[in-house]
Amino acid sequence: MTFLDSLRIAWTALRSNLLRSILTTLGIVIGVASVIILVAVGSGARSEVEKQIASLGSNMLVVFSGSSRIMGRAAGAGTELPLSETDMAAIRDKISGVVAISGQLNGSGPVVYGNANWTTTISGIHADFATVRDWPVVSGRDFNPQDLRATAKVALLGQTVVKQLFQGEEAVGATIRVKNAPFLVTGVLATKGPSSFGRDQDDLILMPMTTARGYIVGKSQVQNDQVGQLYIKFDSLTDLKDAQEDIEALLRQRRRIQPGEEDNFNVRNLAEFMKARTEVLNTMTYLLAATSAISLIVGGIGIMNIMLVSVTERTREIGLRMAVGGRRGDIMRQFLVEAVTLCLIGGLLGTALGAGAAAVIANAAQWPVLIAPSVIALALGAAAATGVIFGFFPARRAAGLNPIEALRSE
Amino acid sequence: MIADAQTVGQTVGQLDATKPDATKPDAKSDSKAGSAQPRGAALIRATKVSKIYTMGEQSVRALDAVSLEIAAGDFVAIMGASGSGKSTMMNLIGALDRPTSGTMSIDGRDIAAMTSDELAEMRNAKIGFVFQQFNLLARTPALRQVMLPLQYAHPRPANLEAIARQRLEQVGLGSRLDHMPSQLSGGQQQRVAIARALVNTPKILLADEPTGALDSKTSEEIMVLFKDLNRDGITVILVTHELDIAAYARRKITFRDGRIVDDSDQAANRVAGGVPA
Repeated sequence: MTFLDSLRIAWTALRSNLLRSILTTLGIVIGVASVIILVAVGSGARSEVEKQIASLGSNMLVVFSGSSRIMGRAAGAGTELPLSETDMAAIRDKISGVVAISGQLNGSGPVVYGNANWTTTISGIHADFATVRDWPVVSGRDFNPQDLRATAKVALLGQTVVKQLFQGEEAVGATIRVKNAPFLVTGVLATKGPSSFGRDQDDLILMPMTTARGYIVGKSQVQNDQVGQLYIKFDSLTDLKDAQEDIEALLRQRRRIQPGEEDNFNVRNLAEFMKARTEVLNTMTYLLAATSAISLIVGGIGIMNIMLVSVTERTREIGLRMAVGGRRGDIMRQFLVEAVTLCLIGGLLGTALGAGAAAVIANAAQWPVLIAPSVIALALGAAAATGVIFGFFPARRAAGLNPIEALRSE
Repeated sequence: MIADAQTVGQTVGQLDATKPDATKPDAKSDSKAGSAQPRGAALIRATKVSKIYTMGEQSVRALDAVSLEIAAGDFVAIMGASGSGKSTMMNLIGALDRPTSGTMSIDGRDIAAMTSDELAEMRNAKIGFVFQQFNLLARTPALRQVMLPLQYAHPRPANLEAIARQRLEQVGLGSRLDHMPSQLSGGQQQRVAIARALVNTPKILLADEPTGALDSKTSEEIMVLFKDLNRDGITVILVTHELDIAAYARRKITFRDGRIVDDSDQAANRVAGGVPA
């Protein structure tokens, strides 16, 4: 009896009980589908998170002022002490490993070009901003220190703003009005994509910090040398944990915070924060993995059950096969092939279902779908293994039948 | 076809050579009478064979020290009521079971010492089974039914389909190769089963109540087919309780309570110095 013979017999047997065969494979279908979804969506989500971590800028710390508000204390505006140019200078001078540093002072307001207008985030920045955030200018030119000293009315536009205002026209060199003041567009920023919280990071315009403080971000609320939040980029050798502690110590000293008092600022490693999200993803992955394992086990038990029924129903056939010369090994192999075939059919259906579901999920979440051939091989391998494991007992029972009794059975 | 016939002829010839006083196989022409069939040496030799089934506390002696020889080329009917031991004897002749004691040899090999795989190979190569209920595989066309024993053969012949087609033609079903069992009459189904039994050119055709599920006219056709096959040299052993079916056989052996109580060859065996029944 060749393998092809066994396969043909298995196919005939499975087809003669088509509905039963399909229902039996359901457990395997679900198990395999969840393996596919698990890996496809899991790796898609993971690559997405990695992209977001990269989009924050690597080796970077962020300093915010006014953590008292974040801690939920009812603190008035006076208790907040904004970060200043001197804070920035102190960090640059006293903390080792700083490659680049920039503030980002945020406001918002309408921006007008011709007939088009758009309300967006307006941020004042320092010249190193592009380096710190890994956010290059793709056309035109970046700000230079001269722009900052001169309080120049120049702007860099995010892609969303370009799309809203210019609709295909050349933006670089155009003059736009920001809060009614004319600004020269010197450059356009690269596309950054949505942030980890889904905010459109490309919906902003940048201007020199000095200009923003002077004209845009409501003079009255602003201290003379306020810089908003500080982005600090370190060289790759610096341990960000140490740097974080050093900055905290420095700022406590500068702000005269007594020992035991809480910080009124906050130093964060956003990449670490993002990594916490990967942890959540991992938990999800484990849950799905458990689901697929349980489905495969339950599916396998279903297969075993149906195979036992099949052995009972076909006792006479088994007897006949033995009478015409089928050995115990032949009978055993035949039923194993049948169980594995059943599982592989379930595996193929599950792969199709899983790939479809992964595509739907990925589309909804805007993740890339990654279904590698190795994943399909893994899923089908798991299905085949289920067939072998759970088909073994029924197959052994079939092979162990006494041919005389088997021939006599009804 | 020709090759197969030669094989059978050769086998019979060889057996004859070992027993110089046996009738020569040129007696084919007078086989219509049903007597004086060509016979060779003992193909089946049972010596003081007992079979005891144990069910819990009770043990049943299905065969009680039975001795029996069946010559190659013979046409034998084994008869008896149910529980007489005829089915047990059939299982032993068919190499489906081993005796509890005594020696049981088929074509010179003692089956008592064989493993289940060796028994399977013996059944595959030397014995063709025909059953009362045909035992065809469901939803399988006739050609594939007949190919089945070839698939289990060692070595596996290369031209399974051609051999199976020949056998179906031999039993008169050359035009029904693709028919499923459900599309065939009872007589046709039994012919498929006979083709299947013949496909490995066995030495023994073992038929268990082969006409039990057929009407009398079809029964007669099947019995004529058996007779023709026997004339071509194959040993036919028929297990039946119907006298008119047994009448086609040359030799009749009757079992009761695990022993042979009547054997039409008894006298001849005594003369030849054979084992008394």
